[in-house]
Amino acid sequence: MKTVLLLGAGSDIARATAHEYAKRGDRVVLASRSIEDLEKTASDIEHRRGAEATAVRFDALDYESHQAFYDALDPKPDVVVVAFGYLGEQRKGQAEFDEARRIIETNYTGAVSICEIVAADFEKRGEGTIVGIASVAGDRGRQSNYLYGSSKAAFDAYLSGLRNRLFKAGAHVATVKPGFVRTKMTEGMPLPGPVTAEPERVARAVLKAEGRRKNVVYVKGVWRQIMGIVKAIPEPVFKRLGM
Amino acid sequence: MKVSAWGNYPVVEAEVREFAGVEEARRKIGAARRMIPQGLARSYGDSAIGEAILSTLKNNRVLAFDERRGVVRVESGVSLAELVEIFAPRGWFLPTTPGTKFVTVGGAIASDVHGKNHHVAGNFSRHVVEMDVALADGAVVTCSPEREPNLFHATAGGMGLTGVVLEATIQLQPIETVFIAQETVKAANLDEIMTIFEESASYSNSVAWIDCLAKGASQGRSLMMRGEHAKRDELPERRDPLWLKEKGTIAVPFNFPGFALNSLSIKLFNELYYRKAPSGLDTSIVDLETFYYPLDAVHRWNRIYGKRGFTQYQFVLPKSESREGLKKILGRIAESGQGSFLAVLKLCGKETGLISFPMEGYSLALDFPITRNLFPLLDELDEMVHERGGRIYLTKDVRLSAESFDRGYPNADLFRELKRRYDPDGVFQSRQSKRLRI
Ligand SMILES: Cc1cc2nc3c(=O)[nH]c(=O)nc-3n(C[C@H](O)[C@H](O)[C@H](O)COP(=O)(O)OP(=O)(O)OC[C@H]3O[C@@H](n4cnc5c(N)ncnc54)[C@H](O)[C@@H]3O)c2cc1C
Ligand SMILES: NC(=O)c1ccc[n+]([C@@H]2O[C@H](COP(=O)([O-])OP(=O)(O)OC[C@H]3O[C@@H](n4cnc5c(N)ncnc54)[C@H](OP(=O)(O)O)[C@@H]3O)[C@@H](O)[C@H]2O)c1
Repeated sequence: MKTVLLLGAGSDIARATAHEYAKRGDRVVLASRSIEDLEKTASDIEHRRGAEATAVRFDALDYESHQAFYDALDPKPDVVVVAFGYLGEQRKGQAEFDEARRIIETNYTGAVSICEIVAADFEKRGEGTIVGIASVAGDRGRQSNYLYGSSKAAFDAYLSGLRNRLFKAGAHVATVKPGFVRTKMTEGMPLPGPVTAEPERVARAVLKAEGRRKNVVYVKGVWRQIMGIVKAIPEPVFKRLGM
Repeated sequence: MKVSAWGNYPVVEAEVREFAGVEEARRKIGAARRMIPQGLARSYGDSAIGEAILSTLKNNRVLAFDERRGVVRVESGVSLAELVEIFAPRGWFLPTTPGTKFVTVGGAIASDVHGKNHHVAGNFSRHVVEMDVALADGAVVTCSPEREPNLFHATAGGMGLTGVVLEATIQLQPIETVFIAQETVKAANLDEIMTIFEESASYSNSVAWIDCLAKGASQGRSLMMRGEHAKRDELPERRDPLWLKEKGTIAVPFNFPGFALNSLSIKLFNELYYRKAPSGLDTSIVDLETFYYPLDAVHRWNRIYGKRGFTQYQFVLPKSESREGLKKILGRIAESGQGSFLAVLKLCGKETGLISFPMEGYSLALDFPITRNLFPLLDELDEMVHERGGRIYLTKDVRLSAESFDRGYPNADLFRELKRRYDPDGVFQSRQSKRLRI
């Protein structure tokens, strides 16, 4: 039995992932800001899966609290899934730096802050896996969401470096890159059916990436090809496309 | 996106939003000008359909369970199927259940559904200990028969028009096994089946399948299924009393063409079904899914009616009017040649609630494919039902008029008044509520 810590556990992807782990009998620790709501998810997991589930408060943006948050965890996790994220509004972010900053800090700075703490522990223990949920949006900046995209790109590069570092210690870092996922983050957006995944699908990808020590996983393989093409478009052409 | 309920009619363009938990519900209800809550859309018509829909399907957590008393607290999007799956193996079953388990707790409350045990257990809301309802202004109010009773009684059976049920506490019933000791009794005509119903009052569950195309002396020939939850010592030795085998389902993979369902095939089906039963009385032990949810074994059977869709017409007549009324109405249906192979007859128990459907007397439910000739026929049937003091079940309806609604539901105006109190701006609206002027 593993202990799995889900950061940003209020996210639809994290909730589905927690259920997948609980189905296997693992213990899950749900961490996010809305603690009352998390406690409901924890009871649900206990009643449906008969697995142990607890809720703890965690705010990605409250960097100062991260060390104490991690120190208080007992037992320490074997798997940490970094699922919190903030899509924000691109246009608002262009006009108001506060919005841009919130996007960047949630997706990148907050992730770095907590991952460094986890990494230090995993490095010392010589075990453990961090699964970071990045995004295909980070593969290339586009006018429609480059604030979010660039913060995910930064997280992606960070995970890659961290994987490099922890490899020697025997700990692992997996990067999971979903395309479109039907969650509250994308609610109301026109999502193209064939390339859109359900949160459960991402959850299974997380377990697979963690279990088989995959490095970079695209959810719905076709996204690797799609983004391969998007990345191959020469910049002089790309800038004219208005994507 | 295009949405429709179980009858696949009407199909309308709607915006669908989802929520999980109290905070998100309040935020989304607060931001909406109009909406109607929707669960698993197992209502047949347009009661869960509107231009803006708030789906409860992600609001589906099991929050607490008192193993000793069998009291469960759930969010409204939890389905009855999930409750059976989780709690039947622990010795607790639904207090009452409709003929499909693919409905949500919220939908069961909002339609105040009834089951084969209505004459002993009443409507679903009788077993709701307490519930939290989010009103149009975002306030979340806890109500029960004792606390905020008006909101409780207007929400139970209130078709989603008072507010959104967020969470509910439900009293389950203890079972020793997941099996039913079932008896099948054959009835040659309407008088016979009515006598059998009267004689079956002491059974917890009773319902009859009735051939509504049979005419003359065999009008109303039917099969009654009645039964009790089996006790442990009624089972064969080797059977695990609380193990619910996972059922395979077969699917209807696409919309059947409409012509597949002419009255000939209906007659054939009825004939076959009828023959299958040995004469007189037949007893057997069946698992509870077979007993309660025979149709759930066919995934998406609603597609059998084709693209044009179908509706279910369900009415109840006061007991004193039932015999003559059923004869007339069955006669009219047979004559029309439009009726379905699926007709369910049930003797309901006492009337409760504000605008809940059941009243003491006979209820008949049957399916009709949507055709040009259908609605005039149903208008005629409405008249036959209402002149006898009966009513039409709203959760099945797709075409009832406001006048007919008022005739069938004496509390209609009281309900409208409560609706105005809890939802003064009319935020909660379905196509049905507009039609019925609620
Ligand atoms: C095969 C079959 C057999 C059936 N047998 C029976 C039967 O034996 N007895 C019986 O009584 N019914 C029966 N029904 C009808 C069914 O039980 C009801 O229509 C039930 O309400 C469906 O639940 P749902 O979750 O699908 O709700 P929906 O169809 O999505 O919604 C139904 C109504 O409930 C409202 N609603 C849904 N969720 C909420 C909520 N959280 N808060 C407030 N309002 C809400 C909607 O606005 C709508 O007015 C049957 C249906 C089918 C398809
Ligand atoms: N949906 C997609 O299409 C898609 C595609 C690619 C990648 N992703 C990524 O997948 C991850 C999960 O996404 P999702 O779609 O499941 O998201 P979601 O349902 O919108 O949930 C996002 C969650 O992030 C949490 N969060 C935001 N700021 C936080 C903070 N400061 N501290 C702690 N938690 C915070 C929120 O938790 P609270 O409950 O505390 O508010 C919220 O529950 C995200 O990293 C997202 O960027 C999503």
